[in-house]
Amino acid sequence: MIPAPFEYIAAESPGHALELLADYGDEAKLLAGGHSLLPMMKLRLATPAVLIDIGRLEQLAGVQADDGELVIGATTRHADLAAAELVRAEAPLLAYAAAQVGDPQIRHRGTIGGSLSHADPAADLPMALVALGGSVEIQGPGGSRVVAADDFFQGFFETALGPDELLSAVRVPRRPGVPWGYQKFVRRSNDWAIVGVAVVDGRIALANMGATPLRATAAERALAEGASPAAAAEHAADGTSPGEDMHADREYRRHLARVLTRRALEHQTG
Amino acid sequence: MPARRELARGDYLSILGTRVLRTEDPKFLTTGGVYTDDVVDDRLAGACHVFFVRSPLAHATVSGIDVSAALEAPGVIAAFTGADLADLPAIPPSAAGLINTEMTQRLLATDKVRYVGEPVAVVVTELAYQGEDALELVAVDYDPLPAALGFDPGDSSLLFEAAGTNVAGYWGDPASLRPDLFEGCETVVSHTIVNQRVAPAPMETRAAAAVWGADGRLTTWIPNQGAQGTRDDLVKLLSLEPGQVRVITPDVGGAFGAKFGADPEHAVVAWVARRVGRPARWSETRYENLIGMTHGRAQQHTVTIGGSRDGNIQAYRLEIVQDAGAYPKIGAVLPMLTILMTTGPYDIPSAEAIAKVVVTNTTPIGAYRGAGRPEATAAIERAIDLFAAEIGVDPADVRRKNLLPKFTEPHRTKFGALYDTGDYVAALDAALEAAGYAELRAEQAARRASGDVRQLGIGVSSYVEITGMGDGEGTPPSENATVEVFADGTATILTGTSPHGQGHATAWAMLASEELGIPVEKITLQWGDTDLIPEGGGTGGSRSLQQGGAAVQQASRELIEIARERAAAELEANPADLVYDTSRSAFAVAGDPEASVPLTKLAEGERLLVRTVFSQPGATFPFGTHVAVAEVDIETGKPTLTRMITVDDAGTILNPLLAEGQRHGGIGQGAAQAFLEEVVYDDDGNPLTTSFADYPIISATEVPSYELAEMQTPTSYNPLGAKGIGEAGSIGSTPAVQNAIVDAVAHLGVRHIDMPATSRRVWEALRAARQGSEHR
Repeated sequence: MIPAPFEYIAAESPGHALELLADYGDEAKLLAGGHSLLPMMKLRLATPAVLIDIGRLEQLAGVQADDGELVIGATTRHADLAAAELVRAEAPLLAYAAAQVGDPQIRHRGTIGGSLSHADPAADLPMALVALGGSVEIQGPGGSRVVAADDFFQGFFETALGPDELLSAVRVPRRPGVPWGYQKFVRRSNDWAIVGVAVVDGRIALANMGATPLRATAAERALAEGASPAAAAEHAADGTSPGEDMHADREYRRHLARVLTRRALEHQTG
Repeated sequence: MPARRELARGDYLSILGTRVLRTEDPKFLTTGGVYTDDVVDDRLAGACHVFFVRSPLAHATVSGIDVSAALEAPGVIAAFTGADLADLPAIPPSAAGLINTEMTQRLLATDKVRYVGEPVAVVVTELAYQGEDALELVAVDYDPLPAALGFDPGDSSLLFEAAGTNVAGYWGDPASLRPDLFEGCETVVSHTIVNQRVAPAPMETRAAAAVWGADGRLTTWIPNQGAQGTRDDLVKLLSLEPGQVRVITPDVGGAFGAKFGADPEHAVVAWVARRVGRPARWSETRYENLIGMTHGRAQQHTVTIGGSRDGNIQAYRLEIVQDAGAYPKIGAVLPMLTILMTTGPYDIPSAEAIAKVVVTNTTPIGAYRGAGRPEATAAIERAIDLFAAEIGVDPADVRRKNLLPKFTEPHRTKFGALYDTGDYVAALDAALEAAGYAELRAEQAARRASGDVRQLGIGVSSYVEITGMGDGEGTPPSENATVEVFADGTATILTGTSPHGQGHATAWAMLASEELGIPVEKITLQWGDTDLIPEGGGTGGSRSLQQGGAAVQQASRELIEIARERAAAELEANPADLVYDTSRSAFAVAGDPEASVPLTKLAEGERLLVRTVFSQPGATFPFGTHVAVAEVDIETGKPTLTRMITVDDAGTILNPLLAEGQRHGGIGQGAAQAFLEEVVYDDDGNPLTTSFADYPIISATEVPSYELAEMQTPTSYNPLGAKGIGEAGSIGSTPAVQNAIVDAVAHLGVRHIDMPATSRRVWEALRAARQGSEHR
């Protein structure tokens, strides 16, 4: 439970963090809340030579409205996201998802940018971002770019982030009053989802049904064509090939996706 | 001035039976306990740190170990392999003779490894953080062998070639089973069920600190359940003289049976300290704990039960396979206790039980809360529900019909257990009444009729268990206590028991306070230092209060008699004329309360101290009934435990607060086995549950508030009337919860779901039942 040796550098600004990333390349990892990275380092599943701490950068935290979108700083902690009035009013699914992450200790340390960059397909926030049709702001040596959630998650724990880039903010549409539903199937309350489903305004996202958070496109299409929630949900697992572990085999996961999607669609709040 | 009443015992409210708050808690809730890894002691100054290289393979021959690169790593002082410890004896199996004597273990594996996690070498470093880097530099040449796994590991891949078999031994003779056992039964049901492997997972992992004195004596701090047993194990493992070892027990963060005695790692740490000539420390990681500490349970049961269609059970057979893990330790012996408790609280005319013990390429099995008895309860409680379902009679009625009637004189079972006192039907009825059993059945029927997605299940489990066993060699169960009163009005108790969460400091002080009149807060309890308390049986098997507590009461009473002689001399009175007034801790002459002498004055000269040993005639047998209510989501299979109602009769209760705490912990731990916890290995013997992300210990969010009904049937075996309560909760709750989950889906054609009855297993059982009915 002791990590391999590493250097620690506290970045003084986002720009400084980018300079450090440029210097150290893929030997470096950004550290924010540390609640995914540090356990992996302690188990020696991750052995970065340098940790660049951006968790203290105030300019990367907080929630603001920007025209039709909410802009959430990357180091905004889950507990703050869950409690933010603006988020609760205008992107309530995101606030709810933040409140489902882990346990209170994790929610007071973990950050939205960290969770999205970690890209665990079983996690809450990646699924929520996909359901919301949000995007991420990425800063790099060549300036900044915005990547849609659907394009950001590229594989199992893989994203569009380059080794010299930093996820600086998250954007989600401001949609007060839009119905949403959320189903997280767990063994114990603070476990990762065996399967998760988030729906908002006809978009359906699935957690732990593949290498990345997925859109249930066949079910979305059925809904758009006027199918009932129950009928649409029958297509929730179409085209998915989820992994198998001791909690669920492929067939059980696909079954859960259908049941949970129906429940998410039928029990929407808004 | 009002006339004073004559002094007599019982003139004031007794502290016994009251909810005295735990005197331990202010420390644990504020400054924290001092666990082995926290111990600061001059003798440990400059300690080096020991790290274990553990086998990554379940089964392999070891053709070479190269520590040279590790020796070059920063901070590394030394590295040792099994070859360095070759002069120490191999560890024999438990119950050698009955268990194959060839199945021995080395402190560090030499030619072969037999489970993932087995220690093969150690690296010794200056600083604690340097060890894990150095471990990676130890090169071990393994030649993999096929892993022998499961309850039928076969003999194609032998763990111990010299044994010629992976069967470690038998309890009972398979040839003795009667082919006609079920003759005359209208209905016979048989099923093979698994009582799965679980991990004790105490919050404090294993640890040790060791130092050798100039006099050649070892002093070692180890979290344990009885310092004296740990000392005796170390003496054997290290080939020392009994007087050469001093074990000191710091605060212990949970044990659950798995911290009895000493493990090979504890002995290796002591050996390293002597070899490198400086104190040595070790503290394992959670990963190491989950693969290195003994596991529990791991039995397969084939139950066969027969009787009449109206619910009279006439015959029962229990065939056990015990997976002992890679080395037959105490786990190989536990089936003996399972067999002893085969029929539980039931009166079954014909019953038989046998056990086969196998070795497999997995972590060895040890004692785990209940240790052999929960397995017996789980087997028969499932068997009764299977039987009840087959004949279509309410499972509670089947139990009532077959429970032993109330008895006040000891009852000898066919398997040789001598139950002291019991009123099993009363416990069943009390639990059913507290649960509102009829209303629950009505609610269940309504949900079944409406096709509710959340179906209701009600599980009942009646149990009797053994607490306070002797050492099995004919000596009665006993424990010692020393009580000393000081002139400043304080008192000290020394006990041979070993608290690790139970609350002995509170309970033992209550017992002494009752006799001496000294307030609880002025009484200090000491335990767990073998120089201070050379003898003792430790804490386990739910023995402590009935023996260790009774010894405190006995010592306190004997102390009063010594003090009475001194008081008589002081007051120039006849000892028989003196009355001890606990309300002011003083002796007075009967009829003349003004002529008195306080206990403290009698402690001013010669020490006022008594050491005594209390023995009881035999083990006691607490009993009870648990009712679990579970909801099962029939679309997802997810079970939710919604109510837990229990009667746990442990005789007279000394402190309800402490007893309820033991019940709470036990109920939760037992429920966890029913639907959450399992140590899982893959087909190659790789453990898959190596962190708390994968090994799901239960938390408050997975259990309801417990509804505890009271019942106290005293035992005559000790003056407290007390039986044990430490394990009962986990014995009753496991089958109750399992039965509830099965019951919730019974109407859909499901008869049994193995533990842990996870969402996936429930869903698969529902699917199989549905497919079965479609094929009919």
